[in-house]
Amino acid sequence: MIPESDPWLILLVVVPLLAAPVCVLLRSAGGAWSLATAVSWAVFAIALKLMDTVMEHGQAVYRIGGWDAPWGIEYVLDPVGAFVVVIVAAIGAIILPYAKRSVEKEIRRDRIYLFYTMLLLCLSGLLGITVTGDAFNLFVFLEISSLSSYVLISLGNDRRALTASFRYLIMGTIGATFYIIGVGLMYQVTGTLNIADLKTIMPAVEDTRTIHAALAFLTVGISLKLALFPLHMWLPNAYTFAPSVVTAFLAATATKVSAYILLRIMFTVFGAVDLFESFPLQPVLIIMALAAMFLASLSAIWQENVKRMMAYSSIAQIGYIVLGIALATEAGITGGVIHMFNHALMKGTAFMAIGAVVYATGAVTLKDLEGIGKRMPMTMAAFVIAGLGLIGVPLTPGFVSKWQLVSASLEVDMWPLAALILLSSLLAVMYIWRVFEVAYLRQPQTPLQNTREAPLSMLLPTWVLAALAIYFGANATFTLDLAHAAAQQLMGGY
Amino acid sequence: MLFSYLSEAQAIQLAVILPLIGGLLVMWMGERNRNLRETVSLVTAVAEFILVASLTSEVLDGARPSVDLFTMLPGLAVTLTVEPLGQLFALIASGLWIINTVYSIGYMRGNKEGNQTRFYVCFTIAISAAVGIAYAGNLLTLFLFYEVLTISTYPLVTHSGKPEAIRGGRVYLGILMATSIGFLFLAMLWTYNLTGTLDFVEGGILAGQVQGPELAVLLLLYMYGIGKAALMPVHRWLPAAMVAPTPVSALLHAVAVVKAGVFSVVKVVVYIFGLDMLNTAHSDDWLLFIAGFTIIAASIIALRQDNLKRRLAYSTVSQLSYVILATAILAPISIVGAVMHIAAHAFGKITLFFAAGSIYTAAHKTEVSQLDGIGKRMPFTMAAFGIGALSMIGIPPTAGFISKWYILSGALETGEAFAILIIVASTLLNAGYFLPIVYAAFFKEQKPRPEDDPYHKYDNHGEAPVAVVLALCFTALGTILLFFFPDVPLALGRALVGG
Amino acid sequence: MFDWSSLKDYAGLLNYWVVIVLMMSGFYVVIAQHNMIKKIVGLNIFQVSVFVFYISMGKVDGGSAPILKDGIDVYSNPLPHVLILTAIVVGVATTALALALVVRINHSYGTIEEDEIQAIEHDEEDIA
Repeated sequence: MIPESDPWLILLVVVPLLAAPVCVLLRSAGGAWSLATAVSWAVFAIALKLMDTVMEHGQAVYRIGGWDAPWGIEYVLDPVGAFVVVIVAAIGAIILPYAKRSVEKEIRRDRIYLFYTMLLLCLSGLLGITVTGDAFNLFVFLEISSLSSYVLISLGNDRRALTASFRYLIMGTIGATFYIIGVGLMYQVTGTLNIADLKTIMPAVEDTRTIHAALAFLTVGISLKLALFPLHMWLPNAYTFAPSVVTAFLAATATKVSAYILLRIMFTVFGAVDLFESFPLQPVLIIMALAAMFLASLSAIWQENVKRMMAYSSIAQIGYIVLGIALATEAGITGGVIHMFNHALMKGTAFMAIGAVVYATGAVTLKDLEGIGKRMPMTMAAFVIAGLGLIGVPLTPGFVSKWQLVSASLEVDMWPLAALILLSSLLAVMYIWRVFEVAYLRQPQTPLQNTREAPLSMLLPTWVLAALAIYFGANATFTLDLAHAAAQQLMGGY
Repeated sequence: MLFSYLSEAQAIQLAVILPLIGGLLVMWMGERNRNLRETVSLVTAVAEFILVASLTSEVLDGARPSVDLFTMLPGLAVTLTVEPLGQLFALIASGLWIINTVYSIGYMRGNKEGNQTRFYVCFTIAISAAVGIAYAGNLLTLFLFYEVLTISTYPLVTHSGKPEAIRGGRVYLGILMATSIGFLFLAMLWTYNLTGTLDFVEGGILAGQVQGPELAVLLLLYMYGIGKAALMPVHRWLPAAMVAPTPVSALLHAVAVVKAGVFSVVKVVVYIFGLDMLNTAHSDDWLLFIAGFTIIAASIIALRQDNLKRRLAYSTVSQLSYVILATAILAPISIVGAVMHIAAHAFGKITLFFAAGSIYTAAHKTEVSQLDGIGKRMPFTMAAFGIGALSMIGIPPTAGFISKWYILSGALETGEAFAILIIVASTLLNAGYFLPIVYAAFFKEQKPRPEDDPYHKYDNHGEAPVAVVLALCFTALGTILLFFFPDVPLALGRALVGG
Repeated sequence: MFDWSSLKDYAGLLNYWVVIVLMMSGFYVVIAQHNMIKKIVGLNIFQVSVFVFYISMGKVDGGSAPILKDGIDVYSNPLPHVLILTAIVVGVATTALALALVVRINHSYGTIEEDEIQAIEHDEEDIA
């Protein structure tokens, strides 16, 4: 039974892709913003529609050009993909209204329309990665999103944004090239690029050295994009010097999509073979994840620049996601997937709040932000919510993720792992509390005397995300069930 | 039912939410109309107490009304269930909140403290969390409100904003968060992993699921995870929190935070482990020793403190471990004693802290050595202090006598010689660090301060402001009344172990 | 005696040896060179190795042009070539972007040597 082609699936990717050059033609900052915002909301609506379809039918399919798989390129959306698509689209829809004011102060006026162009391209690329069912097509979208990210980062008004972008470019391209080597090796042995097809053929060829090499290249390549320790070096600078909107957007989406690619490779492409039997992938990933959790959290404690602190925090959170995935049990993958969602909520809120502070004060270091809690109470309240989430206090999504991850560790009797997860949460207390103390317990210095609360167009999206965070922290049944369904699907079959 | 138009479920939910509504109103009123703001605080407190009290009769009749708030995780809801122990804690918290509010008004205005709105708002959140802990129907709910209590009391501890307050706040938060996330969360998940549930059930849910050394470790995780019970060595947050203004100390050390700690200890022992299970397993012997050690060690440290509040802080550490010791004995009658002691200590300690704050407000004195002859200038305050001290020592006609009696009976019944020894020794120590203060206050001459002392002008002080004195007289009276009318706490205690 | 047949097998894999050499030298240049233009060149060499790899593995011995015609059974596989064209385009875009960044960096810092830039950045204050 060949499922019907669902055109919404291709529209999801094509609409922002086509809107991007229109932005270039529009030239004006306001016009570009309007178009981009309208497109992002349309994309979000499409994403919700697709999620609905997936929940009803189990998957959505689109064959490009009408060619059947595996000869043609097929787009497939399953529960995991739908989940990620909704996350990316939602973040896009929330960020764009926020972006209008934020970029006014951080990007040169005559370049703003280019910013929106790149943002739409990035959105299209990220969505394309998630919905494609073809390994090489994935590379194409990976590069679309990456190249646009490089440009987005370089738009920051500090000249270090340029070098940060360059470094990210170098590392990212190496990562993508490794990925393509892996795909090439797999193609050499299996003769197909279609992910579902690869899964069927893999058991026959899994013991070849070629496949082992392919897996190695794929993992390293994706880890570079994922900023998994020790391949994370591009992230702190990139997040710190990019415009705040860009940081918020990328922090909440790009790494999640890279984690999705890892899931796809490990559990779909290699889903029909026992991946960990012949390959010591699990211990390697777990050790790297633990290292990320601890070393990055420790680094965060010593940072003076709030954006850089949050960047290191992101690296630690990616460690949690990979830990869940590496456990390779239903509970573990549920933990990894739910943390993708929860982290997007929390980090998105945090970076948007920081962006609002930057907009209002121009300052981003702790010593310039003393007493900011009194001047911008609403903004900092949103940051507090995000911070409490990172610590893992109940009623925040971070608590739900920790719960799931520790449960998953206990289920497989990995006690030390559970203890380490909780220990690293305590490190989060230390760096979050530094920000709280400075923001609330110190007096505002003279430069901050005239600071007022952020404009509504920035405050509202930040609070929408913060409110969503609290909602999904208090009532996590829906999202956990979704994540669980996704995990079951990944463990059970494509 | 006092509120006949409120269903049971609504009443329980309202009990948790009402303080928050009050808090919102207070926040809205802000600094604009301070008298109105204070009135709202008081009215909310009174309404809360009436609401909580209305549930008492049902609980004593055997009913266990329950309501689910929302489902946080699949299969795990945030649930509120009213049972005897919780009802007692809720009664104490809401009742003493009224008196604490009266006291706070007098203290904050008398000392011209800043940020009063923030103070009152955080208070309401803390009380809401305390009632939430009291009525928690499962461990998840308990943990949730436990964390909310920690976070909402942090701004109260660091109220003054001075460097030592910030440092104290760090120790406070650091220890409480580290223990709750590091130990309690782990214990909770371990329990869930073993049993598939987190509900508080009579007889416990762990029977048969865990034995031997694992049981001891699980118990250890719980006991140290509940950092608010101040078991050594995680007790350091208590003296560190003394940097807070006295109404906060009274709240922390008598009404909400420490009571939440020992309450959680008793609740976990009775409803998660089950008395029978622990009795047969002998895995809690270590708890007996550590509680006993804490009692004695804290008392010895208290002896050597000159700062009055610090002395009271270490006394609290010691008294809390009485409750833990009583629980560890595992005899029903000692558990009743533990429950009674939660009530007795609450009244006694709050009186002592009120007195300390009163002394500071009127005379700006903080050290025990300065208190010579102060009884002549502040007779009400020092009389109340005396009553509170007697309750701590356990001398009739104060409530502390009754609880100690029950605990001793339990120890005698089970033949726990160690516990008997500890109780006797600590009684002597308590007398050692409380009675001299009372003696010096009434029977020694006041030592005037040197001319260059900034507080020299306060030497000719009288009593503290009316609100302050009123509050402490009330609680002192309560301590004595509780001796003569201990029915409600005792009944609740008996319902806990009998029912 | 010396195993000539396996040597011939290895020699037949000449393309792959070239791939490895190019990949490693490209990678080395990217990591070791301080000059940004040279880094980009290294990146290009690295990517070229991948192109050679795909083309080499996509070769069908004795295959004719991929146009259907009666009487011909073995066709060349057009897919790897298509993949490589895509990858080349991506590579070109990346290189263009990288070069544009280098131009801006040179304009901002006055140098394109990474160690010099790091030294300059090290002394800079944190601004938003």
